[in-house]
Amino acid sequence: MISERDAISAIRFGYGLAADGSAPKAEAVRQGLAGPDLAAVEWPIAGFDVRSEEARALGELRRARRLKEAGAEEVFKSANLEAQLLVLGDFRRSVLRAMTTKDMFRERLVRFWADHFAVSARGKGLATVTTAYVEDAIRPHIAARFSDLLKAAVLHPVMLIYLDQILSIGPNSKIGQSSGKGLNENLAREVLELHTLGVGGAYGQRDVRELAELLTGLFYNFRTGFKFRHQAAEPGAERVLGREYGGPKRARLSDIEAALEALARHPDTAHHIARKLAVHFVSDDPADDLIEDMAAVFLATDGDLMAVYEVLVNHPAAQVPTLQKAKQPFDFMVSSLRAMGADPAGIDQMNRPDTRRQLLLPLQVMGQSWEAPPGPDGWPEAQVDWITAQGLAARIQWALLAVGLFGQELDPATFARTALGPLATPRLVRSVGFAESRLEGVALVLASPEFNRR
Amino acid sequence: MTERLISRRKFISRTAALGCSLAASPLVTPITLAAAPWDNRLVVIILRGGMDGLDVVRPVGDPAFAALRPTLGAPGAGIETGGFFALSQHLEGLMPMWQGGELGFAHAVSTPYRDKRSHFDGQDLLEAGTGMDVGVGAVRTGWLNRMLETVPGVTAETAFAVGREDLIILNGAAQISSWSPDSRMDLSAQGQRILQHLYHDDPLFQEAGNLASDLVEMLDLEVDGDGMDTDDQTERMMAQMTTAGRATRAKSLARFAAERLNEETRVAAFSIGGWDTHRTQQNGIERPLGELTDALTTLKAVLGRNWDKTCVLAMTEFGRTARENGTLGTDHGTAGAMVMAGGAISGGKVYGDWPGLGGGDLYQDRDLMPTADVRAYAAFAMQGLFGLDRSLLEAQIFPGLDMGVDPRILL
Repeated sequence: MISERDAISAIRFGYGLAADGSAPKAEAVRQGLAGPDLAAVEWPIAGFDVRSEEARALGELRRARRLKEAGAEEVFKSANLEAQLLVLGDFRRSVLRAMTTKDMFRERLVRFWADHFAVSARGKGLATVTTAYVEDAIRPHIAARFSDLLKAAVLHPVMLIYLDQILSIGPNSKIGQSSGKGLNENLAREVLELHTLGVGGAYGQRDVRELAELLTGLFYNFRTGFKFRHQAAEPGAERVLGREYGGPKRARLSDIEAALEALARHPDTAHHIARKLAVHFVSDDPADDLIEDMAAVFLATDGDLMAVYEVLVNHPAAQVPTLQKAKQPFDFMVSSLRAMGADPAGIDQMNRPDTRRQLLLPLQVMGQSWEAPPGPDGWPEAQVDWITAQGLAARIQWALLAVGLFGQELDPATFARTALGPLATPRLVRSVGFAESRLEGVALVLASPEFNRR
Repeated sequence: MTERLISRRKFISRTAALGCSLAASPLVTPITLAAAPWDNRLVVIILRGGMDGLDVVRPVGDPAFAALRPTLGAPGAGIETGGFFALSQHLEGLMPMWQGGELGFAHAVSTPYRDKRSHFDGQDLLEAGTGMDVGVGAVRTGWLNRMLETVPGVTAETAFAVGREDLIILNGAAQISSWSPDSRMDLSAQGQRILQHLYHDDPLFQEAGNLASDLVEMLDLEVDGDGMDTDDQTERMMAQMTTAGRATRAKSLARFAAERLNEETRVAAFSIGGWDTHRTQQNGIERPLGELTDALTTLKAVLGRNWDKTCVLAMTEFGRTARENGTLGTDHGTAGAMVMAGGAISGGKVYGDWPGLGGGDLYQDRDLMPTADVRAYAAFAMQGLFGLDRSLLEAQIFPGLDMGVDPRILL
């Protein structure tokens, strides 16, 4: 059997133990990040260049349908169905990557950062491009410098659309003057409040306003692609956190990047990011020294995320044997599938109704609709937000369903030992042996407190 | 099948005190419910996202308004009331209530929250009912729960949190009940016993698990067969889940709340979201105003004669900028409006001291200036409905609040 330390590391920083009870060594948690992204090769997901082109084409068909062109209705319907199938395929491959990979920390980090830079696939025409945003803006940068990740996420077309940046016009710009249109503060505020300094950070309404003015000019639509619209950019310099950007010359994208880089380097940002990592991976109420140590390395290395992760995974506060977090529904589902040894090919080839009924709807009832967090602040972290009577009832329901689909052959007591290794308490192993059926016994392991913590 | 499942009474009791045992829940022996402490009813609706009070209740009589809102406040678009204010055209469905004196507003009100204009902090403070002095997020109990704590004779049925979202406003030591349209679980009796055993020593899971079991025990009476057939379980789970998606709308929340209020419940809270109208506000605000209309008309219809003893307060975390922004919307602001309804209120009017919108009148040259603390309205409503002492309201329920002069919003 694997050691308790390895089991805890696999659960805390990954998706738990595999069906044969194995897990990577605790010392190797971070190793995979330095190597190639094998899961992305094995389960490819299309990038934004592909999905945005499809979205553009679908937009054309939608227009044709609106204009009631001959046959347009039929063509649109079949293209729309095709687009939905692609989205479901991307979802299944996101599950498969997390379920099958040896490099589990990478997949957990992708979900963490996708949540830090949260966007929602609901509304604003983003339904088919959100997975591609994570693939392009988040995934390649999770082990880079924070400033690179910040720029990639904030300047990505999906973020610009989600937080209304494409609608924001400098009131004194050429377009602003002629159209009377003006600023929209949404993105600027969330960059300060959520992405960098945090709500307690050293910024004020004036900084929000100035950053909003600085961000004007960023523009995207599916027909023309990304461009910096000088005619929409607010002229003159903007002062954010005491530093001036831009000036009498033409507004430039590089000024925006410089402002984001300065925000990325701010001590409040270091603390905000350190705290979020500690809260997500270790405890709802993490030790101060864990946060301080991560923040210090963040500042000393100019936001080198690999160095920050090294502090995180090796810190004494992250070695404590008690699991202090509740698995979020996606983690719960993926770790259940991994522990049961669900057949990857079967999931890859799952049809549309099964994908919805067996995976997407249960996630929704557990309280975590795929790619649809409640707002730009992402999903809640506290255990009490997830382990509710209703959330637990949904987990139990899905466990009963999933064992029937993916784990019919398993024996409850044996499953408890392989799924939890040394963390399976004798009481759990004994209790599930009393279940009236194997199916229910295995489902009870999945519903147990031991399995639902990480 | 589906209809029958959903029509079952599915409610669960909840308490914030960790480790509270199942035996403490009055729902285990549902016959012994104590009589409610009062006959009046209070419904609080949290409007999440920052409702634009200046759009819902438009100060068309203010000479500065038209210039601040060139498109949003276009003359003639709203519903004239014959006074200083016009109402949003999306409130058409509530006009009978307005004319009957059962709908009113308080304007230029806000919580003590200032300047950062964060939804999440603003909502936390609104629900905690505290001032900025204690710090945002420092108090994780809600003012409705603290109110219940001060009253003898409160049972778990007295107050209901309705809907999926966590309602901080009802968090706290006083026992309350919560209900959401889609809690359901199928497990054999033996499976339930094992689960209770597994959850027994883990406070977090014991709490949630006991209450989930509570729910299962009620459902158990109606479960067909042995419940062990996988296909059958799958079918039922799916049937339940597909209805769940539709069932969370404001109407069904209001219907459930009203049904409970017709029984032993006297306080209910739920949320309506969708108010964060940064762009094309006239389209964006139509849906949440429609949901608010649905919620209020459903409450009135289902409450029947009890509507006369009911006061509904709909409150938001902050108002929005006085000027419309460059995208036909508004950004996060400060003061806004509170909506009040019910047969117990003196409606058909807009309460409050109008601060004006002219040069120098705006808060930070940006937002409607708050002239009253929205908590004072809630405090006077609770004083009138439940006979609570002013000192209790100012010290315990809304610590640090100065209620000021009674605006007399109740009949």
